[in-house]
Amino acid sequence: MNLASRDIRHNFGRFVLTTIGVGLLLMLVMGMGGIYRGLVQEATLLVDRIDTDLWVVQKDTRGPFAEVSRIPANMEDRVSAVPGVLSSRAFVSTTVQRQRNGQPLRITVQGLSWPEDRGQWLPLVAGRALGQGHYEMIADESLKLSLGETVALAKDTYTVVGITRGLSSPSGDSMAFFALRDAQAIQFDQSGEAVRLERSARYSRAERIDLGRTQPQVIERSLGPSSAIPALGPPVISAVLVKVQPGVDPNQVQSVIAGWPDVSVYSSDGERDLLVGGIVDRSRRQLALFRMLLIIVSGIIMALILYTLTLDKLHDIAMLKLMGARNGVILGLIMQQAILLGGLGYVVAYCVGQRLFPLFPRRVVIIPEDLWLLAGIVVGISVLASLLGIAKALRVEPSEVLS
Amino acid sequence: MNAGANTGETVLQAEQLTKVYGSGHTEVVAVRDAALSVARGEIVALIGPSGAGKSTLLTLIGLILPPNAGRIVIGGKTVFDNHRTRVNVRRFRRLHLGFVFQKANLIPFLTAAENVRLVMEINDHSSRTARHRAMELLEYLGVGERAEHLPSKLSGGEQQRVAVARALANRPALILADEPTAALDSVHGRQVMELFRKVAHEQDAGVIVVTHDHRALDVFDRTLEMEDGKVREAAPAL
Repeated sequence: MNLASRDIRHNFGRFVLTTIGVGLLLMLVMGMGGIYRGLVQEATLLVDRIDTDLWVVQKDTRGPFAEVSRIPANMEDRVSAVPGVLSSRAFVSTTVQRQRNGQPLRITVQGLSWPEDRGQWLPLVAGRALGQGHYEMIADESLKLSLGETVALAKDTYTVVGITRGLSSPSGDSMAFFALRDAQAIQFDQSGEAVRLERSARYSRAERIDLGRTQPQVIERSLGPSSAIPALGPPVISAVLVKVQPGVDPNQVQSVIAGWPDVSVYSSDGERDLLVGGIVDRSRRQLALFRMLLIIVSGIIMALILYTLTLDKLHDIAMLKLMGARNGVILGLIMQQAILLGGLGYVVAYCVGQRLFPLFPRRVVIIPEDLWLLAGIVVGISVLASLLGIAKALRVEPSEVLS
Repeated sequence: MNAGANTGETVLQAEQLTKVYGSGHTEVVAVRDAALSVARGEIVALIGPSGAGKSTLLTLIGLILPPNAGRIVIGGKTVFDNHRTRVNVRRFRRLHLGFVFQKANLIPFLTAAENVRLVMEINDHSSRTARHRAMELLEYLGVGERAEHLPSKLSGGEQQRVAVARALANRPALILADEPTAALDSVHGRQVMELFRKVAHEQDAGVIVVTHDHRALDVFDRTLEMEDGKVREAAPAL
């Protein structure tokens, strides 16, 4: 006869409520692990998917994600001339925040090197890759934009032609992909007044120097657009992505570019490590600590619940001892309830989590390894939590039946 | 121990039992040099005023509390002697003793039948045997139709009958009942006392019943009286 199941049947409502409580607590533990995994996955998603061997960024920076990187646009051409390089493409990354329908809309703008890179490698769930060099965008579904919808950014309007799923930046902002020039236009957008003031300042500077006085055309051009002044380079880019030729060791190309004094170069794995070790590391450690605290709190709460359940049964336990029941019978009663409580709580955690986690604003990734680990932890804390109740039960004297 | 036993054979022999609670100024002698014997098939009443030491004597005989001195022999086996318990008390209680208290003390989350089965299953009887014996006992004690009810659904008298069935389940040599009718009205109280007599005579067990109810003393084969921790044979009722 299984005493644990009989007791649960008798106090079914209380057991169900307790199990739900423990389950929700375990769901938080499960969720914390999932948030940590999500954080790493979000951070490395683009690096993992973008299909490149090397990242060329501004010298001594950890760009373009861990910190700002600015390199001249012609770096793309310099890199492509390195022996062993199959292709190079410019990459721009910046985050903008705009108001849309009264709500803040945060977008991580990624510039693709049109026409070589049209975003065909992106995980599209609807629509298509970029089909023209301007005014099109591919948006992640978390931005809640639909195909054909238009978004005004900088001074232009962009049409959503493709939808991706699960693409967000290391900071959790949803990604949108544009042709490189459009991304730069969004990144370096200035108001008309700011442009006029800049041109005016430029004119004043030109007037003060000899060249301005002797070359009237210089003064004249200083009042025009920056792109018409050959002395000023095109807008900077964030990085250059390098694909090496088949059979060529990427380290070899990396060592050549690393010798240049104006850039740093990272392998794809190196860039990934920068993200995980830099941006994510502190959040990861904080989540791990919080998760550990939650496990301890869960253990304590379970121990108190089981202790209370045992206290309720002390008279019955004394009676069992009086009838000559072995300690194993009493241990079994408490331990089985503890494991059942933990086990069912775990099932509640899993089932509720499966429905709740997708509603979280940031990605929650639950992997089988984490589920197995948590299952082991739950069994462990169930056993440990029951020890308090067991210790109390073993101290009960049969004579307490008489009291 | 029960198998093959003869009616009239001594099932309990207690000599010079002493139990002292506390020490120094707070010392209370609950049982003082108590001696008694009970034969198989015999039902003995233990009466006396409150605080006389009746319940304490029962806990000593039932191996619930250890005496400070004395000797206890149950079914021919010395279980306590020379300040030492000579048996594994939990195992001995499981195999040879049955208890009934003022409150039925049934396990609240088990049905009447399960309460009876439980003592057999913890004594390593098969589930099938235990089930059969439980129903047999509940029928015998007149509560067979209440077998699948939880204790909370039974009346006080029915609960006490189930408690008696539980005490009988392992065919104990000695049944100890501590004021088993105190919570019952006089009619049900008498029924329970007669039940003990029936059990003693038909199941061939020795039964000691602590009671305050002098109206039911005619049910007993013998009456012992306790006062100030001492036991003596009571004078026959007039």
